[in-house]
Amino acid sequence: MSAVTTTAAPSANLAQRGKGAFLGLLAWAVGLLFFLPVAWMVLTSFRSESDAATNPPSLTAPLTLDSYREFFGGGASPWPPLINSLTASLLSTLLVLVLALPAAYALSIRPVKAWRDVLFFFLSTKMLPIVAALLPIYLIAQNLGMLDNIWLLIILYTAMNLPIAVWMLQSFLAEVPASVIEAAQIDGARLPVILYRVIMPIAGPGIAATSLICFIFSWNEMLFARVLTGVTAQTAPVFLTSFITSQGLFLAQMCAASFAISLPVLAAGFAAQDKLVQGLSLGAVK
Amino acid sequence: MRSQSRRTRAAIATALAGGMLLTACAGAGGSSGGDGESVNVLMVNNPQMVELQRLTADNFTEETGIEVNFTVLPENDVRDKISQDFASQSGQYDVATISNYETPIYARNGWLHELDPFLADDSDYNEEDILEPMRLSLTGEDGKTYAQPFYGESSFLMYRKDVFEELGLEMPEQPTWDEVAEFAATVDDEVSDMKGICLRGLPGWGELIAPLTTVVNTFGGTWFDEDWNAQLTAPEFVEATEFYVNLVRDHGQSGAAQSGYAECLNNMTQGNTAMWYDATAGAGSLEAEGSPVQGDIGYVPAPVKETESSGWLYTWAWGMQKASENTDNAWEFISWASSQGYEELVGETSGWSNVPAGKRASTYENADYQKDAEAFYDVTFRAISEAKPDDPGVQPRPAAGIQFVGIPEFTDLGTRVSREISAAIAGQQSVEEALEKAQAAAERVGEGYQD
Repeated sequence: MSAVTTTAAPSANLAQRGKGAFLGLLAWAVGLLFFLPVAWMVLTSFRSESDAATNPPSLTAPLTLDSYREFFGGGASPWPPLINSLTASLLSTLLVLVLALPAAYALSIRPVKAWRDVLFFFLSTKMLPIVAALLPIYLIAQNLGMLDNIWLLIILYTAMNLPIAVWMLQSFLAEVPASVIEAAQIDGARLPVILYRVIMPIAGPGIAATSLICFIFSWNEMLFARVLTGVTAQTAPVFLTSFITSQGLFLAQMCAASFAISLPVLAAGFAAQDKLVQGLSLGAVK
Repeated sequence: MRSQSRRTRAAIATALAGGMLLTACAGAGGSSGGDGESVNVLMVNNPQMVELQRLTADNFTEETGIEVNFTVLPENDVRDKISQDFASQSGQYDVATISNYETPIYARNGWLHELDPFLADDSDYNEEDILEPMRLSLTGEDGKTYAQPFYGESSFLMYRKDVFEELGLEMPEQPTWDEVAEFAATVDDEVSDMKGICLRGLPGWGELIAPLTTVVNTFGGTWFDEDWNAQLTAPEFVEATEFYVNLVRDHGQSGAAQSGYAECLNNMTQGNTAMWYDATAGAGSLEAEGSPVQGDIGYVPAPVKETESSGWLYTWAWGMQKASENTDNAWEFISWASSQGYEELVGETSGWSNVPAGKRASTYENADYQKDAEAFYDVTFRAISEAKPDDPGVQPRPAAGIQFVGIPEFTDLGTRVSREISAAIAGQQSVEEALEKAQAAAERVGEGYQD
């Protein structure tokens, strides 16, 4: 008996380890699979146009900064669209937070009556496909003289992201234990103090994660931006499409532009990374 | 915890300050657009337009003080955006690039500003220099001029002179399609690694449909007869389509159903094909500095069968939005971009082969241009001057257009039909099956015009 158990234990251990190694390999493979197109984009952006267009693609072609030089110093300046995108993304994210935090508070920590219904009502506004609302919004904007105005995009992005933000924040705030709040109340803390000293630190990572999601959604939004903007309010994704041409090579230029335009989002992601990991794993107090 | 909250506070403050700063910038940028001494231009992202954008600030703005705000988009997007902006007459853009397909349709809808008063007042512009078919194709049904060409093109046959010589083949000055099919078969049999001909097979009304419709025209077919009866299953249309599909299937490029202008240009440049029937604009790229086939290409007019000529006519032109409040500045810009002077500017700064040609007779008389475009300028000039948009086939047509039918429904119809024919090129169905489905779609469009 004892012989059996002593031989069984290492083999089970081995199987366990094999399984772990396999899962690790699989995770690496999936990770690389997702990262490969991005890596290819970055690599292509350092090629000359004719090297970027070869079939089969060449790994050893010489590297050049031409595409970036063209992007920043070529025909059209990328700064106005980038500034427009930053304005729309940052301001709409701020507005979303200002509106969504009280809403989420009223749906989790001090839930209103029928708070589940309210939550689903918020979500139902996302059920209408955006494209169905496009024409009415265009006509309204035209009548109000708001076409090609960055404030229109700020309002739209705020409205678009609000339901998601309320849902996310609701789940983060629900993680704040009632006992902690009660303890603070017993110690004589009033609402502003509780909000600031108790709830904020616990829900902070969640708020950071929500902000980042809203920022990314606004930054990448293309449909509204393409239809509703023109000369002055053009955003970065619309500017990006302007590199596509039907009469020439554009791959290297396009990749350089795509990479340059992804950088702000990457930077925001890195800056919030440690909070994000806490926030996205929903582990505020676990 | 304390430090974390302080950090959060600092972050929020920074974000707020940043946001305010940015809106201030955006506001400043926005106001400069509305002070009158500027013009908003929406244009397609073709190399000629990118060149124009590069040259504008140092030349046009320098001379006139008028700032030009360009919005550049790819072809399909620019068409969407223009029709959206012009249809609602929101006046965001003063000038946009439209083709000879859109111009009469937009003019009928009242979306375009007529240009005759400007032309009458502007003697420097030299309107008589514009080639007749170009001018006519940019005229509305009411006889008024609604756009000015930036550059124009027709279609012709490009072939490898060296390969033909080696095989003892002689290209006639005006080939017929039957001769071309024979040449294609010979090259395909005799030369390894080289196909006979490259023809577009990629779906799209501006891709496959353009060359195919010129073949249909010269085979005696038409999309619609004079009374808007769809003719896609008429014997001539079927014969022409079968000819085209079989030619490209038997002796054409590999992956034909997915190749358009860009792929054929690549095939021709890489020496994978002996002939290419396509836009005259292709010659500029084939003869460009560094092209491996530079100097080896011969150019002859579009092959024919029943008609005397069969090249198409296409132009990217400047149209002015009716709702524009900036018409004088807009005309300043249009007349500069379409002028002889601008062609000379491009010729001197970036070489005569890059000149936006195909619209002015004077370009073809210019010795510098003749030298740089020696191989093809004469054939191009004749192809454009001989194009007959009103009468491209053997029978009267209900709407103008050579490689298209000049009705708004054609973009959708053409693209649908092209998908069926492309599937036939891929071997997924027969040409008859493809054309029967296409006929049904065309009949629905025709019925709308019969009431």
